[in-house]
Amino acid sequence: MLGLLRSLWSFRAYVASSILADFKTRFVRSRLGFAWVVLNPLAQVSIYAFILSGLMASRIPGIDNTFGYAIYLLSGLLAWNLFSEIVDRLMKVFIANANVIKKVRFPRIVLPVIAVGTALINNAALLVVMCVLFALFGHPITPAILLVVPAALLVSAFAACIGMILGVLNVFIRDIEQVVPILLQVVFWFTPIIYPVNIIPERFHSLLELSPMFHIVDSYHRLVVYAQPLQWSSVLYIVVLVLILLPLAMFLFRRASAEMVDVL
Amino acid sequence: MSVLRVEGLSKSFRSYRHEWHRIAGWFGLNIAPAKEVHVLRGLDFSVERGSAVGIVGENGAGKSTLLKIITGTLQPTAGSVHIDGRVAAILELGMGFNGDLTGRENVVNTASMMGIGSDEISALMPGIEEFAGINAYFEQPMRTYSSGMQMRVAFAVATARRPEILIVDEALSVGDAYFQHKSFSRIREFQKQGTTLLLVSHDRASIVSLCDRVLLLSDGKVLMDGHPQDVMDLYNALIARKEGYEVKQVVLPGGRTQTTSGTGEASIAAVELLNAAGERIETVSVGEPVTLRVMADIHQDLPEMVVGYMIRDRLGQPIFGTNTFHLQRILAPHKGERIQYSFSFPANLGIGNYSLAISLHKGDEHVAGNYEWRDLAYVFTVVNPAHSPFVGTAWLPPELEVSRAG
Repeated sequence: MLGLLRSLWSFRAYVASSILADFKTRFVRSRLGFAWVVLNPLAQVSIYAFILSGLMASRIPGIDNTFGYAIYLLSGLLAWNLFSEIVDRLMKVFIANANVIKKVRFPRIVLPVIAVGTALINNAALLVVMCVLFALFGHPITPAILLVVPAALLVSAFAACIGMILGVLNVFIRDIEQVVPILLQVVFWFTPIIYPVNIIPERFHSLLELSPMFHIVDSYHRLVVYAQPLQWSSVLYIVVLVLILLPLAMFLFRRASAEMVDVL
Repeated sequence: MSVLRVEGLSKSFRSYRHEWHRIAGWFGLNIAPAKEVHVLRGLDFSVERGSAVGIVGENGAGKSTLLKIITGTLQPTAGSVHIDGRVAAILELGMGFNGDLTGRENVVNTASMMGIGSDEISALMPGIEEFAGINAYFEQPMRTYSSGMQMRVAFAVATARRPEILIVDEALSVGDAYFQHKSFSRIREFQKQGTTLLLVSHDRASIVSLCDRVLLLSDGKVLMDGHPQDVMDLYNALIARKEGYEVKQVVLPGGRTQTTSGTGEASIAAVELLNAAGERIETVSVGEPVTLRVMADIHQDLPEMVVGYMIRDRLGQPIFGTNTFHLQRILAPHKGERIQYSFSFPANLGIGNYSLAISLHKGDEHVAGNYEWRDLAYVFTVVNPAHSPFVGTAWLPPELEVSRAG
């Protein structure tokens, strides 16, 4: 583990230059460039808001704002997008870089780090745009929103553990890449992101609460929408999961390292 | 002192009936793989600092697997590789490049992937830019580059620092003549400073001119390890064996290895170089008239037989070759015959050592129907006791006329 961190540190220039390259590439390729990073989720919000706000508007409790539903959606998607982007990127990271892995000797751990870094920067851009929209909507931005930063880091750690496990397995069993998006869809719809939790009958709540994503999204809602204190049990739940999954992910990564290049 | 030591190196690729079996193995639950392909089977060799070693072998012999293990991207199944110093590999140059970034940006990214820190990259940048020599293109997106230009940038980055071991793949054969020359002189410069070269190529000329030793890999083992020309002779013969030829090697007095291959319907009984007096000679004077006498034994009735010879310089480069097809003396010999061919010519060669390769075959080339091919069939030395000094392998004596005008 220490050796891993050390090699990561000595390749920090590569991590930085790769994240930078990712952005430059996006600027160059399309006319709107970097804007797509935020335009995509915003379009998603607009679609949900347009279709569902009529149904939901009256049912979002605790927000006294005409744009209540949009605010609720944005904060939930901020958390979800970070999680799903990291899982998706890490799941494919070794296969996408197969060529480099096979021919250049460098610590492979930098690849997932680069992917997480890129996703975090995308997420930061979305956070900034979200704050601008909140200002336009007249939603108060409290200092509690600063807690989104450590929250995002915790979400990244959790997503990175899952992504690493899937990414290692995906090198050997390529079906993973096909199954995971379906599972992500299922989790998405079973997490109160586009609907408030109160439309789900009370007796299913304990079931929903099993999902770590429920706690993550709920925490974001508390920080961003309601300016409520965090539920420490939610935070603890994610921290414990990270502490369990991280050793597993590192174990798989180290064990697979030797054979990974054989099958790539 | 050896800079690279390979001991008992084996590599096998395992495939499982189900990939979950492999994963179970990481958790200590060992399930035997369904199939195990052995690519390297116990390689042992060491390489001295500053030497240049060629690695040849047919496709699938294990060359690239060996190089990847030396580079460090692939892990060996058994055995070990000890390396003293940094390895730089020019394997498929420029695979890490991103077409949307400029040459400069790609250099930064690739150099940092090689583990070079940003300060050192800035320090190396002017040298890289200069060596690539693509001027204004350096600031353009790489997708606008020709493949030759990409190669230049890739080579410039890969060799920005002098490595202890430089692995050069076929890659170098692309690019224009000027850049090839430039990159070869950089490689030679490194070699002078102590860099060890591992060169993989199918090209006899670059192997023989650059390497002082060649390893021939076959089926994951070192089949031959020795003098570049001798190994290349066996390598060429092995390729020929694919068509059912027999390959025979004889170690000549002096340590060189003579390789003979062919289908065997006819064989070379004797090869001699004679002077004007009919005496067998091994030292020839520049311009001296000589006769090359080849005796061929015929073991079967043949529809067509052509005898060819090739004079090679000390690096094995062809100097002159022809055959009885081009000389329009094609025979249809019968079983049991012994035929004598005499080729007479003036030895208009420069001083140095030469060898003769002889072939008995059908048609105008030895590729279709090779009865027998023998490398190093005869070795001779050219000396210059009588004429004015000159350089080169060809003797083209000029008539000189000088006029001073005004």
